[in-house]
Amino acid sequence: MASQYCTFRLGGHLFGVPVETVQEVLREQTLTKVPLASREVRGLINLRGQIVITVDLRERMGLPPREAHEEMTNVVVRTSGDTVTSLLVDRIGDVLEPDLDRFEAPPDTVPGRVRELVTHVCKLDRELMLVLDTDKAVDVDAAA
Amino acid sequence: MEGMEEIVQEFLVESHENLDQLDQDLLALERDPTSRDLLSSIFRTLHTIKGTSGFLALHTLERVAHAGENLLSKLRDGEMTLTPTMATVLLEMVDAVRTLLGHIEQDQNEGDEEYTELTEKLHALLEGREIPSSATAAAPVAASADVEAAASEAVAAQLEASQQVVDAVQAGADASVQVAAATAGAAVEQVIVAAAVAVEDAVTGATVAAAAPAAAVAPSTPAVTPPPAAPTEMQATPTDAAPDPQAAAKAAASAQTAAAAAAKPAGAEKAPVRSVADSSIRVDVDLLDSLMNLVGELVLSRNQLVQRAAASQDQELQRSMHRLSLVASELQEGVMKTRMQPIENVWSKIPRVVRDLANSLGRQIRVEMEGKETELDKTILEAIKDPLTHLVRNSCDHGIEMPDERVAKGKPAEGVLLMRAFHEGGQVNIEIIDDGAGINPSKVKDKAVEKGLITREQADAMSDRDAGHLIFKPGFSTAAAVTNVSGRGVGMDVVKTNIEKIGGVIDVASEYGKGTITRIKIPLTLAIIPALLVRGAENMFAIPQVNLLELVRLDREQAAERLETIQGTPVYRLRGQLLPLVDLREHIGEPKADSETTFIAVLRADQRQFGLVVDDIEDTEEIVVKPLGRQLRGMDLYAGATLMGDGRVALILDTNSLAAHAGMVNDSGEAAKRAAEAAIATRSDSTSLLVVKLSNGRRVALPLACVERLEEFPMTRVETVGANQVVQYRGVILPLLRLADDYGSYDALNEAEASLQVVVCQHKGQLFGFVVAQVLDIVEDELAVRTHLDTGGNLGSAVVNEHVTELLNIDATLEGMMPPELTAYSGATEHAGAFA
Repeated sequence: MASQYCTFRLGGHLFGVPVETVQEVLREQTLTKVPLASREVRGLINLRGQIVITVDLRERMGLPPREAHEEMTNVVVRTSGDTVTSLLVDRIGDVLEPDLDRFEAPPDTVPGRVRELVTHVCKLDRELMLVLDTDKAVDVDAAA
Repeated sequence: MEGMEEIVQEFLVESHENLDQLDQDLLALERDPTSRDLLSSIFRTLHTIKGTSGFLALHTLERVAHAGENLLSKLRDGEMTLTPTMATVLLEMVDAVRTLLGHIEQDQNEGDEEYTELTEKLHALLEGREIPSSATAAAPVAASADVEAAASEAVAAQLEASQQVVDAVQAGADASVQVAAATAGAAVEQVIVAAAVAVEDAVTGATVAAAAPAAAVAPSTPAVTPPPAAPTEMQATPTDAAPDPQAAAKAAASAQTAAAAAAKPAGAEKAPVRSVADSSIRVDVDLLDSLMNLVGELVLSRNQLVQRAAASQDQELQRSMHRLSLVASELQEGVMKTRMQPIENVWSKIPRVVRDLANSLGRQIRVEMEGKETELDKTILEAIKDPLTHLVRNSCDHGIEMPDERVAKGKPAEGVLLMRAFHEGGQVNIEIIDDGAGINPSKVKDKAVEKGLITREQADAMSDRDAGHLIFKPGFSTAAAVTNVSGRGVGMDVVKTNIEKIGGVIDVASEYGKGTITRIKIPLTLAIIPALLVRGAENMFAIPQVNLLELVRLDREQAAERLETIQGTPVYRLRGQLLPLVDLREHIGEPKADSETTFIAVLRADQRQFGLVVDDIEDTEEIVVKPLGRQLRGMDLYAGATLMGDGRVALILDTNSLAAHAGMVNDSGEAAKRAAEAAIATRSDSTSLLVVKLSNGRRVALPLACVERLEEFPMTRVETVGANQVVQYRGVILPLLRLADDYGSYDALNEAEASLQVVVCQHKGQLFGFVVAQVLDIVEDELAVRTHLDTGGNLGSAVVNEHVTELLNIDATLEGMMPPELTAYSGATEHAGAFA
């Protein structure tokens, strides 16, 4: 269990990922669309010469799509096999360091697509933080 | 000896590295005398040195290494265990090897030391004898006596004329070398002092000698003692009636340099010149890759900056930009170069492969190589290693016949396998040419039918050239029996796949009974490729230039006229042939759009051509290929991605899968379809005509199949050879033939100042140019209306585009026009048949 979490907002929920997995956070980037790719892949960005795939987390989680005027933030995560992927979220939040006893497995009633990607739920004082499994979140089959 | 020197250099670099390892291993071995790993490693290292030195005829080195190796082999096999004495002697041997290598590096010879004592000691240990202690004691004494003699000789020499300076220096160097070989303490110290004195004196001598001519300059009198180091310059000065002080100064300067150079070996022991081992280092390829990436980035950033700077008025900024630009370009070139290696690195293994094969197959094969120095990116070099070897084996096994068979055919018993490599248009061409049996088209067809790769009908309709391509089919092999060399039918298709994987093209051309030429075209580097940028809706795509054949632009009117559909499938008539069209928009899931102009990029996928309809054609650009992320690997439509000048990402289209998506090359019926279409293509080709107008106004048509290019040459480029006019064209001499001459008269004055319109044709491997007044059109005609009014070189006349046009018989024309030695090229009536 990691101790520090980088949090972000997505469709009204608060999500958290271990800080060590986050490489950087970027404002909206110029996206190059990948025609024929599945909807989860929003496109490609140029990250200092490296071409990085951007996955729309809303789409990935089956959340309602965001409005055209809503802003987006890229959370660039480094996952197993040194893969760098950018996750498209609504807004970036604080880095939190919740106590370990606040974590719990996600309840079974949570919709399947979310539960698949959430490893734990952390009970914060005022709300819940969903801990995202980044390895699974970036594992998108684009050719779908 | 040029080549030899390079080998020696490589040997030196390698050996220096190995020796350091050897030292460490021996020390480790002393602590762990039974370690088989260490013993094997030491043995291998020494064995390599011995083997190479034997090959390079460095006999002393070989002898020393051999003696050491013998002892080591006993140790390795467990027949003896390492004792401290043995370790000492082995280390001594390593030192001896190092000294010898030093000699080879500096003097190009092994020096005078024979190392008999060392080898004697090694032999003694080998036979289990104790080393006589007297020998150990005697060695340094002898050595010191030796050195002292040398040193005193050196001192004496220094006092004589400057000629001896060099000798003294030599002696000094020798003395110090011997010091290294000796082992005892006190005596050595003394010797070192003596040697140092000798060296110092030698250096002084050299300086004095160098100073002499310098002093001679001032009074402008002939030099007193011209040192032999600069004899030519110095002798020139005194013979001059009025010596030029400048020349004298120059001579003095060069004398000084020469003297300094002569003195250098003396100082070598204390401050060595940069040796071979220090002048090159091994670098991790990954590091080079990341450097390459960074440089790519730098170039992109520079491009952005250049755009900005161009818009600004700041002169200073523009100058700085210009400098940055230059540096970045040079840096890019330099980094690219670090990854380049001569193709020889791969080829060097070939002669051995061929020799072994020839022996086991009972054939006589000579390997010839051209363009060994052609450089290629390391990654590509690695990638073509196996395909090349396979092709060579194929040529030996299937191509070149048994000696008696060859003699019976009137060929020399010894077959020739020629390997050629050269750069052309940013690509590397590699050709493997054998003068063997060639590919028998009917045999290949029969085999393909038998294996169920094609049907009999397809086979019958197939041209010989296409039949040759059948060997690239998976599961194909014509060898009657499977040999251990080839014939398992896994070869050629794998070769093709591997070549295509690195963006290359492979082609085979064969003349039955004469031989086979396999041509491979590969990009210079995988990292940076030229590409065409096209737009489909909002998306930019890059298409590798290798896949691009031509571009067609149609305005609305032309499009309406020349774009047709077959059952809803759009086609375009490209010079009379139907070109299937693929709409990019459709394949990237965008709605169709109506535009003023239609852009078609004619692409090649596999052996097929198709036209890709795009919204716009931007530009060609050198692009840096970047891999796509893991998640996009499954999408075969894209071969990768790249960054454009403005920092945006563009996807690279994979033309093969684009064609497959369009349903062109995917199923098993594809071969049939392609064969049939190819057959049609060949037939229609034969009636495609290039219509030209001659200077006397007559119209002549020649088969398009033999036309290579249309060129325009200024008259100034035309040269005369004998009675013929020629131009230098792409590295060959292109004879110019004036059709008007043969078909009547032409007015030389008309052409005197203008440029020449030339149709470059290839016929039976020979290039030649027809001088015409104007190229009119390319037509596809039934040639129904024709006469046989023969005007000499032609095949009669026909009505083409409502004009009577003479049909040119190339063979007959060439026969009449070519000088006798070239008429051998004509004879058969290949193209004449086109009109029959």
